[in-house]
Amino acid sequence: MSNKVPDDLYYTKEHEWAYVDENIVTVGVTGYAQDTLGEIVYAELKDEGLKVTQNETFGVIESVKSVSDLFSPVTGTVIEMNSAIIDNPGIINDDPWNDGWLIRIEMDSEKELASLLKPSDYKKLIAKS
Amino acid sequence: MTDLKKTPLHEWHKNNGAKMTSFAGWEMPIQYVEGIKQEHLFTRDKASLFDVSHMGELFFRGPEALKALSYLLPTDIDNLKKGHAQYSFFCNSRGGVVDDLIVYCIEETTQYLVCVNASNLQKAYKHVLENTSSFDAQVTDESESWAQIALQGPKALDICEELYTGVKSLKPFQFMKTEDLIIAQTGYTGEPGVEIFVPVEKALNLWTSFIEKGAKPCGLAARDSLRLEAALNLYGNELSEDSNPFERRMGFTISKTKKGYLGYEALLELKDKATHALKGLKSLERAIPRKGYEIFSLEGKLIGHVTSGTLSPVLDQGIAMVWIDKKSVEREKKVQVKVRDKFVQSEIVSLPFVKNI
Repeated sequence: MSNKVPDDLYYTKEHEWAYVDENIVTVGVTGYAQDTLGEIVYAELKDEGLKVTQNETFGVIESVKSVSDLFSPVTGTVIEMNSAIIDNPGIINDDPWNDGWLIRIEMDSEKELASLLKPSDYKKLIAKS
Repeated sequence: MTDLKKTPLHEWHKNNGAKMTSFAGWEMPIQYVEGIKQEHLFTRDKASLFDVSHMGELFFRGPEALKALSYLLPTDIDNLKKGHAQYSFFCNSRGGVVDDLIVYCIEETTQYLVCVNASNLQKAYKHVLENTSSFDAQVTDESESWAQIALQGPKALDICEELYTGVKSLKPFQFMKTEDLIIAQTGYTGEPGVEIFVPVEKALNLWTSFIEKGAKPCGLAARDSLRLEAALNLYGNELSEDSNPFERRMGFTISKTKKGYLGYEALLELKDKATHALKGLKSLERAIPRKGYEIFSLEGKLIGHVTSGTLSPVLDQGIAMVWIDKKSVEREKKVQVKVRDKFVQSEIVSLPFVKNI
């Protein structure tokens, strides 16, 4: 189950997924990421209006075991932050692909998408680890 | 993980959904299917089983076994009776902690078992051999022959009593021997329970017989959050070769009258030099204080750091053991922990956070 990799998303090496709808990018962490981290107990996310940069951090999630930085798949401005996650970070474990989304970004340039991983590349990446 | 040592329960763990991890040269279960929080809470509520076969077992035997062992410990064990155990530590010549341990008196003056940490086994054994050669005693590392299983929780003693009559009438830090086993009322969770030394070839049977009685397996991750709620030291976090034992809640193991043991002079000096202490800390905001995070007074002065921290499953709050300047927190209990780029409001509290024994 945790190795599911939906075909309609882009991915990062650091296990974020990105769903692109025109210039709006919804970002979350993959099933593989939440399974590896274990029970997520704390999340800190950049709020609405703040700038994010591709490959730079936009927040942090913590499990009992460890702290993980979250890396933005694209450059742009946060237009929405999933505040339900802040109150109940366990949603990321329960539903990483839908209700567990983290932020929505208005991206500056579609060109950046070319550097993200395709589903097939991401499948290979997690098969290796 | 091919080079790692495996406990006799390794196959059982894998067949029962454990996630395995490398720990002190061993492949150990970090958690099972239900997850860390559930394992933790089940231990506090019922009874959990822990595979702690990685722990080391050193035996001291011979006419001067007591003398040899006593030379290495700041604790007075002269009056330790057969069937009794004692927490202590091997002290180096500088007064630092080589390893913290439990001594089990098997025969008064002539036979003792010392249980040491897996991560320190080689170092501790070397330390022992180097410093006891003048005594008429043999020290052997028998860790390869022994597995160890801990059964902990409010139901642990009842479950154990069903299989081994007499366990319940022991007091904490007493143990009994059966034909094969050493069953001690000790533990690392703050719960009642036992730690059982069992020959490697009999470990799986013992383990499954406890599972059949309703105990559930619990991994190393929950073992760590349990011991932290109970404020029990972990070597490498609270304790080291260079830390002052009087600043690390080890003073109770250091005899006020015993003299002449290894590290005695150094400890005399360290007692007066203890400016810091281990205290409890609770974060008042939603944040987890973790090992190494710095602690500041409300005025912004650096006054200590976190030695171990986690999100307490019982309190649902960030908790930590902290090494902190005693004077700074005598009156003002509010402090701040630096978590990444934020200062998290926290308070100093007494230890332990949870205790049910």
